[in-house]
Amino acid sequence: MSTVPDNAPQHCPGTQSEDAGKASACAGCPNQNICASGDASRPDPAIDIIKARLSNVKHKILILSGKGGVGKSTVTSLLGHGLAAKSPDVNVGILDADICGPSQPRVLGVRGEQVHNSGSGWSPVYVTDNLSLMSIGFLLQSPDDAVIWRGPKKNGMIKQFLSEVDWGDLDYLLIDTPPGTSDEHLSAVQYLSQAGLSGAIVVTTPQEVALLDVRKEIHFCQKVGVRLLGVVENMSLFVCPNCQSRSEIFPATTGGAQQMCSELNVPLLGKLPLDPLLARCCDQGKDFLQELPNSPAVLALHDIVTKIVTTCEKENSR
Amino acid sequence: MLDYVKRVILVLSGKGGVGKSTISTQLALTLKERGYKVGLLDIDLCGPSVPYLLNLEGQNVHQGPEGWVPVYLDQEQRLGVMSIGFLLSSRNDAVVWRGPKKTSMIKQFLEDVYWQDLDFLVIDTPPGTSDEHITVMENLRQVPQCTAILVTTPQEVAIEDVRKEITFCKKTGITIMGIIENMSGYECPTCNECTNIFSSGGGESLAEYAKIPYLGSIPIDPRMGKLAGQGLAAVKELPGSNTSRVFTELVLQLGESFNGT
Repeated sequence: MSTVPDNAPQHCPGTQSEDAGKASACAGCPNQNICASGDASRPDPAIDIIKARLSNVKHKILILSGKGGVGKSTVTSLLGHGLAAKSPDVNVGILDADICGPSQPRVLGVRGEQVHNSGSGWSPVYVTDNLSLMSIGFLLQSPDDAVIWRGPKKNGMIKQFLSEVDWGDLDYLLIDTPPGTSDEHLSAVQYLSQAGLSGAIVVTTPQEVALLDVRKEIHFCQKVGVRLLGVVENMSLFVCPNCQSRSEIFPATTGGAQQMCSELNVPLLGKLPLDPLLARCCDQGKDFLQELPNSPAVLALHDIVTKIVTTCEKENSR
Repeated sequence: MLDYVKRVILVLSGKGGVGKSTISTQLALTLKERGYKVGLLDIDLCGPSVPYLLNLEGQNVHQGPEGWVPVYLDQEQRLGVMSIGFLLSSRNDAVVWRGPKKTSMIKQFLEDVYWQDLDFLVIDTPPGTSDEHITVMENLRQVPQCTAILVTTPQEVAIEDVRKEITFCKKTGITIMGIIENMSGYECPTCNECTNIFSSGGGESLAEYAKIPYLGSIPIDPRMGKLAGQGLAAVKELPGSNTSRVFTELVLQLGESFNGT
């Protein structure tokens, strides 16, 4: 990771380098003194603050996908509901790290709620007694408001979300991310490096154009050293509500997630079918698990949740 | 480098996976079929899809005396393509970059690619309203003929993000040509019952609400999905389909405004 600031002079050795502040290129740089004092190469103090803040959170899971619109937010909300439904004693938090397109407030049906600030930090919005949510959507005045920010500002927001939200005791913190492998992802991984990240769940759809980007995301996880808990394939099959016949809307021309997982040697957690009612529940912010407890998607989901719980708990007992 | 480009079309959407790249490639292919000279620039650096969709994976960009030479789809060089996908050594390689690096890459794409004379330059963007978008807008400010096409799917979740993109366009002062709704309905191949998987009419009501022209709706068509990865134009392969109708009209409209100026 390069540590050369945006506005650095040419040939800047990077703020984390041993030569910081001492190289010939540093002469005349307004920040030379800061670099030379060694302050810049110390780890970001926020990392320790975040570690302390999240010390009561047992499992921290990133939900990733290189591709947009594959259902990261939907899967996150379903997992949130699924984990919270296990027992009223299991506390689940969801952090929406998608700064430019926050979808969680709508999907979880808590649009228009307010975040309150108290002595112990920002209190998240509670969807149910044991499911809480934090999103930039709560901080915008109107749904038309666009957050037109470059990377550093987004990073600052994520840092604040991680260090200042008072989650209380949590069993699971699910972090929903935007598509790609850029600022938000690097920051989340970096800020959580000391707090202990349980791993990442990667969401994909069956077509090659999505898998192409998802392979990049898996590569990213390997590069930054994040454990992969597994892959969830969304929108796998479509069951016609009229004639019950199954068809592939997004054809898996290259074998879908199954083939990719065996190629890259990562576990496939399960496949979620495409259900128009699920899309409607998301738009209306209803809990799909309670609305349609017997739908094939819900059954598949329970299976995925169980696998995640087992993996996370195995890690804890180790 | 954009001096010889007559018109720039940005394909935008706040939401990911709504079909920006599919629409960009089909639009470029349709324009090409109608005899225009077209360039297609993919500025989605973390997830470039255009090389795959046009079946150009594994091609290389060459450095010519005038700048980077784009990859051409056809012998006559009527459709040139530029994407970061051509610069990666393996298709699994991840581009793990923060904003500043992405910004300078996009600047290079806009300044150093030798497009030659173009009638249209179509720019495919990643989702969101961040680094890539701000950079493109800043660099296109001096290009007078620049419009945006917004892509959405019918669900509320997507519409919500596209509303943010409209605000972005207004703030940065780019004219919006209109909204296309993708993945409108799905016709079951067995019983021909049309299911609105992702609900319906969202794009049209958004267009009405935001007072933006509505450019039509494209249904989910598995035949279209099969065209992906082959670089074939829907207007040529599926002439009777709804998809082809939408693109034909769109290009007519573009051609009219093009000749009018």
